[in-house]
Amino acid sequence: MTHVLDPDAPAAAIPPRREPLAPYRDVTRSDAAFRAFLHGLPGVDQVGAESRVAVLGTRSIKTTAKAWALDAAISMVDLTTLEGSDTPGKVRSLAAKARRPDPGDPSCPQVAAVCVYGDLAGVARDALQGTGIHVAAVATAFPSGRASRAVKLADVRDAVANGADEIDMVIDRGAFLAGRYLDVYDEIVAVKDACGDAHLKVILETGELVTLDNVRRASWLAMLAGGDFIKTSTGKVSPAATLPVCLVMLEAVRDFRAATGRQVGVKPAGGIRTTKDAIKHLVLVNEVAGPGWLSPDWFRFGASSLLNDLLLQRQKLRTGHYSGPDHVSVD
Amino acid sequence: MSTDRLAVRKTYKLYVNGAFPRSESGRTYAVTDAKGAFLANAAWASRKDARDAVVAARAAAGKWSGATAYNRGQVLYRVAEVMEGRHAQFCEEVAAGEGLSSSRARAAVDAAIDRWVWYAGWTDKLGAVLGAANPVAGPYFDFSVPEPTGVVAVLAPQRSSLLGLVSVLAPVLAGGNTAVVVTSRTRPLPAVTLGEVLATSDVPAGVVNLLTGDAEEIGPWLAEHDDVDAIDLTGAPAGCAMELERLAAGSIKRVVRPPAEEPDWSADPGLTRLTPFLETKTVWHPMGL
Repeated sequence: MTHVLDPDAPAAAIPPRREPLAPYRDVTRSDAAFRAFLHGLPGVDQVGAESRVAVLGTRSIKTTAKAWALDAAISMVDLTTLEGSDTPGKVRSLAAKARRPDPGDPSCPQVAAVCVYGDLAGVARDALQGTGIHVAAVATAFPSGRASRAVKLADVRDAVANGADEIDMVIDRGAFLAGRYLDVYDEIVAVKDACGDAHLKVILETGELVTLDNVRRASWLAMLAGGDFIKTSTGKVSPAATLPVCLVMLEAVRDFRAATGRQVGVKPAGGIRTTKDAIKHLVLVNEVAGPGWLSPDWFRFGASSLLNDLLLQRQKLRTGHYSGPDHVSVD
Repeated sequence: MSTDRLAVRKTYKLYVNGAFPRSESGRTYAVTDAKGAFLANAAWASRKDARDAVVAARAAAGKWSGATAYNRGQVLYRVAEVMEGRHAQFCEEVAAGEGLSSSRARAAVDAAIDRWVWYAGWTDKLGAVLGAANPVAGPYFDFSVPEPTGVVAVLAPQRSSLLGLVSVLAPVLAGGNTAVVVTSRTRPLPAVTLGEVLATSDVPAGVVNLLTGDAEEIGPWLAEHDDVDAIDLTGAPAGCAMELERLAAGSIKRVVRPPAEEPDWSADPGLTRLTPFLETKTVWHPMGL
C-alpha cells in the first residue's frame, strides 16, 4: 500500500510485533489472546468506585498539609492551550506564566510542562530553554485520532522535531470499541518508536469509552504497549477527568508496577478547575497508587484555569486574606 | 383555626447567587422579637459564605453594570412591585423585630418601598446629574461619566431592619454595582424576606447576596478581601469600624464610614449614598476638523 504522504515509497516491511514486558509476553500473540486477556481483567464495581472516591473526597486537608498540596499541585500542572486560535504570542505568554506562575512570590514553584499543538512546540521550546519545564505536544490527529497511521506518525515526528519532549497521543477509540485491540496496541507501539527519546502520554478519552471496565482495559493496553503516562482525556469531550475514572487508572498503574516492575504515570486532564478538585485527586493518588506517584514525574494535571485557582488559594494561605482574579494573570 | 395545629417553625437560609443555601458552616441562630420571644431560626453565615458571595457578586458584575441604566431602573422598579405584594409580611416582621406599633411599622415599610422606587428612578438620571461635558482649552470633546465601582460589601444597619437596609442597598444597585450584604444580626427577618422578593423579581443571580449573621465576624474578611471594591460600614458594630477601615486600606477600597449613631432613615437621603460607589471616567476625544 502506498500513501499520499510519499506516493513513490515502497510499502514498508511490517516488523515483527514487539512483545510487552514479562509476565505478559504472550498476551499479544493473537487478537483472540489479547481480547481474552483484556476481558479477563477483573470487572470494576462502579458503585464501589463512586462511593470510594466520595469518601476520599471528604478528607480535610488544611494548613501545612494544604500548603504542601498547593505547591505539589502547581508543580504537577501541564499548562495547556489547545485552541485553533493559538498564536506564538499566546504560547510565549503561557511559557512566561509556566516559569513564574506568581510573579509576586518567588517561592512559588514552576509548573511541570507546557502543552501545545505540535506546530507551536518550537515556540514553547525556545521560550522555556534552560528552565527544566517540559514541552508537551499533542499529536496523532488530536483530538479525534481519525487519520491514517502514516499521517499520525508523521504528526508525531513533526512535533518531536519541533522540540517537544513529551508527546500526548490519542488512541483509536473506534478500533478499541470495535474490539480491534491489537490494532490499537500496534499503533501505540509505532507511535512510541516515532517518539524517540520523548515521553509518550496515551490519551484514553475515557468520556468515549462508556464504562469503567473499558477504562481499565484501555489502561492496561496502553501500559503494555509502552506508554509512559496514561491520560484521561483530550479536554474536548465531556465528561473529561472524573474521580472514579482516575481511581480505576491509578489502580491499573499500581497493579502494573506490582506485576512488571515498570512504573507508569497518570494524567487527569479536562474539567479540573478548582483547588478542591485538585486536592481530591492528590488524596486519591496517595491512597490508591501510593506516595510513589506524588511527584510531577508520575502525576500531572492537564489544565489551564486550574492554575489560577491554585494561585489564589496560595495567596490566601500566605497573606491570610482572600485574593481575587485581578491578582493573577488572565491566561 | 384549630389550636392543635402544629407550628411550622422556620429555619431561614442565606441568599447567595440567586439561590438559598444553608451556611457552609451549618450554623444557625435563634431570632427573637423585641420582647425576647422566639420568631425563627436564621442561618449564621461564616467567612466562607462571604467568600462564595463575593465570587457570585463578581461574576454578576459584568452583566449588571453593562445593562442599560433604563433597564436597571425597570428591574429595580419591579422589585418594588414585588415588595408591595409582600407588604403585610414585611409589616409583621418589622413590627415584631423592632417592637413597633402596627401603624409605625406600616409607615416604615411604606417608606422603604418608596425609597426603593426613588432609587429605581435615579438609575438613568445619574449620568445627567453627575456627568458633565467639560470645557477644556484644546480641540477636544471632554466629558465625564459616572461608572459603577464594582463589588460593594455592605454592613447593613443593625436597628432599622428594612428601611435602613433598603436605604443602604438600593443606592449601591442603582449605580450599577453588585452587593454582598451582611444584615442586622438581631433583626434579620425583613432582609430574608427581601431575599425572597429579589429571587422572584428580575434581578440577575449574584447581583444581591444577603448574609444573615454577625458583622463583627464576617466584616473583617470582607474588608480585607482583594476582590471587593468598596465597603459600606454603616452597620459596623461599635468599636470595629476603625479596624475595618484599616483592613480595607490594604486593597485601597472605597470606604463609607459609619455615622456616630444610626441616623433617622426616613429623612431625604439626597445623593450622599449614591456617589461613594461611582467612579468618574473622563474621556478626551479629538474634535477633528
